[in-house]
Amino acid sequence: MLLSRVADSLYWIGRYLERAERMARLIDVRLDLGLDRRPSGWNFSRLYAVARIDPPASLPENPSALVDALMFDTSRRDSVMACVNLARDNARQVREEITSEMWEQLNALFLRLKEVRAGSSGSARPHYISRLVVDGVHLFDGVTDETMGHGEGWQFLQLGRFLERAGATAALVDLHFNEGQLLPASHTEWLGLLRSCAALEAYCRCYTADLRPERIAEFLLLNSEFPRSVRFAAARVESALRAIAVLTARGAGGRAERMAGRLHASLDYGQVDEILSEDPHVYLETIARHCSQIHAAVYQSYVMYPIESALPA
Amino acid sequence: MVFTAVPSSLSPSPFGALFSTYDLDASYDEMFDPAGLARAHCQALFDELRIASNVDLSQRQMEADKAFLTQGITFTVYGDNQGTERIFPFDLVPRMITASEWSLLERGLTQRLTAINLFIKDVYHEGRILSEGIVPRELLYSCRHYRREMRGVHVHRDIYVSVAGTDLIRLEDGRFVVLEDNLRVPSGVSYMLANREVTKRVLPGLFDKHHVKPIAHYGQALLATLRALAPPSAGDPTFVVLTPGVGNSAYFEHAFLAREMGIALVEGRDLLVHDNIVYMRTTAGLKRVDVIYRRVDDDFLDPLAFRTDSHLGVAGLLNAYRAGNVSLANAIGTGLADDKALYAYIPAIIKFYLGEDAIIPNVETYLLSNPTHRQHVLDNLDTLVVKAVGESGGYGMLIGPHSTSVERESFRAKIQSDPRNFIAQPTLSLSRAPCFIEDRIEPRHVDLRPYVLYGDRVTIVPGGLTRVALRKGSLVVNSSQGGGSKDTWVLED
Repeated sequence: MLLSRVADSLYWIGRYLERAERMARLIDVRLDLGLDRRPSGWNFSRLYAVARIDPPASLPENPSALVDALMFDTSRRDSVMACVNLARDNARQVREEITSEMWEQLNALFLRLKEVRAGSSGSARPHYISRLVVDGVHLFDGVTDETMGHGEGWQFLQLGRFLERAGATAALVDLHFNEGQLLPASHTEWLGLLRSCAALEAYCRCYTADLRPERIAEFLLLNSEFPRSVRFAAARVESALRAIAVLTARGAGGRAERMAGRLHASLDYGQVDEILSEDPHVYLETIARHCSQIHAAVYQSYVMYPIESALPA
Repeated sequence: MVFTAVPSSLSPSPFGALFSTYDLDASYDEMFDPAGLARAHCQALFDELRIASNVDLSQRQMEADKAFLTQGITFTVYGDNQGTERIFPFDLVPRMITASEWSLLERGLTQRLTAINLFIKDVYHEGRILSEGIVPRELLYSCRHYRREMRGVHVHRDIYVSVAGTDLIRLEDGRFVVLEDNLRVPSGVSYMLANREVTKRVLPGLFDKHHVKPIAHYGQALLATLRALAPPSAGDPTFVVLTPGVGNSAYFEHAFLAREMGIALVEGRDLLVHDNIVYMRTTAGLKRVDVIYRRVDDDFLDPLAFRTDSHLGVAGLLNAYRAGNVSLANAIGTGLADDKALYAYIPAIIKFYLGEDAIIPNVETYLLSNPTHRQHVLDNLDTLVVKAVGESGGYGMLIGPHSTSVERESFRAKIQSDPRNFIAQPTLSLSRAPCFIEDRIEPRHVDLRPYVLYGDRVTIVPGGLTRVALRKGSLVVNSSQGGGSKDTWVLED
């Protein structure tokens, strides 16, 4: 049994850190591969599209300005630093529910980022900053698994993290397969997609270094073993919700759990050739919609429920 | 060889640069006797310090500061819209208290809190002490924190104040006196515990040379105290800590205590009252709450009963409390005994209920509603300390010897227009303890706040928060005004 507010905060810690890590990786990969370099200079409009962020009126014109905007600009909620701040704010509100090691790890990430931002050459080292964030989030996840009881609170952290991952990965794949989008299907773009999901090495072990769009789609959507695939994330969302239903004595088959089960099953039995030959955009949109419905159902069952329905008999 | 702490330009200290500017004045020095010799219980610490290098101490000081920062042991600065979190400045030289000094304090604080609880019960019920004229009625009823809503309300086991944070200071002759009782929601105990943890980490060697009484069981002791308050109807009671939220300057402490006790930390919005029963909103539905360790002031507890603009409290809480369905620690209305004018009557209150003299005396206090006292105070504003009766945290006070004539005239006018609102006390020189300031050891004024728990019995964890006025010569130890703190060691015999 958890306070609803606490469950909510834990869920958002999971989501925000997943978001911070993804964004840090995305920036690093695209700068590293030079995906946004044009003969005339840098053009980051694709990066904004891939990150699902509305581009500002005037786009950053060089990597260091980009880092200032997407890593450090806390006036926008989607920058890496803003996500880390929000995760930390949530953690501060549930200090008594998480372990001291978890807090110290998250706080250390926050302090290091702040330090880099204050330093003179901070934004000139995008790779360094990106590693800082990715490593910081990995350490947090590791410390979480090793120091926190795997009870309800832990399940809410997992729920947030994997629901965020399922939705964001589906959207990223969608962008690369959606016709009429800005992204040209070049080899480097496919490489970038895999690396943005930390999936290049795992993909190569599975399919060799031969990068083919339908295989990439299959791997990122339907692989059951790779922890960053949509299917894997959906499985974890379902198991977290199942565990939560048991721990809160709600009984099986609640709305959120049923929807997560359905999403998971559709990926379990999905066929990549069917997905691609029909309309991949519609399919991927459906996944994103299911994710937001699961989110709403979680709120309805555990966080914002009406009081009358919950008074003890 | 005899160490002379009094500096002289002719004979520089033989013990290196660390103590070179350490001076003794009229105030009691916690480490040295007036002749400049280290007190017996401080000898080992002194021996350690005089051979230490300032580089080594600075290094340890930095480690300590870093430990506070990464653990997030910070407070939020009010009136700073950046939401800046600061660490509470920490001085690494521990303050030592002997076993015999402590046992006197323990008896004195137990006596005081016992009497105060009897007093609060009495004034909210039959009011014997008022009818017998020991405490004037008009004084009591004009206390800012007197709550008429509590008249005739039965408080389980008559325990009103279950947690007090009594401020003690040490006079020039070394006697401890009570400066304030802090009977509402005293804070700082997490710093007492954190200071000990950090000191153990950065000065491990020092603990081998001393027998320091442990304080780590405070969380358990507090939980046991709350357990004693549980309403008889609660079979397996549920305890919570109620915090105003993450914006409160003591939020770290609220979360810390909840974690130490293994109970939920709730905000007002997590609670609701239905049919005079308090519930918290959980993922498994509503769960009944039996005991609330509240760190929210009376004013903000229940918008239906007190301040209607408060979002920090729980609508209906007062009625649930009056119905006996939930216990609060501390009870509502205990703040009346924090009134600085009422404070002057505490020795008489102890005498009245217990038939004993106060073991720890009060500071001599002038009540400005008394014309003779008032005239004396107005004639001596430049030597006295004047305080507003309902204020705390070092606000609303005039320190005569450090004041300007403009400040004195402004207080004169305030006193004349509302004498009941002020008291005056002699300017006391708080005792001084050695502190590591920049690159040397210097004396700074300190006070002591032990935490007194009242449940099945009185429990005082041996120690307390020693607050330090880090600015040279300053007598104000409050964290909001340049104060810091240090670890407090109660030694075994």
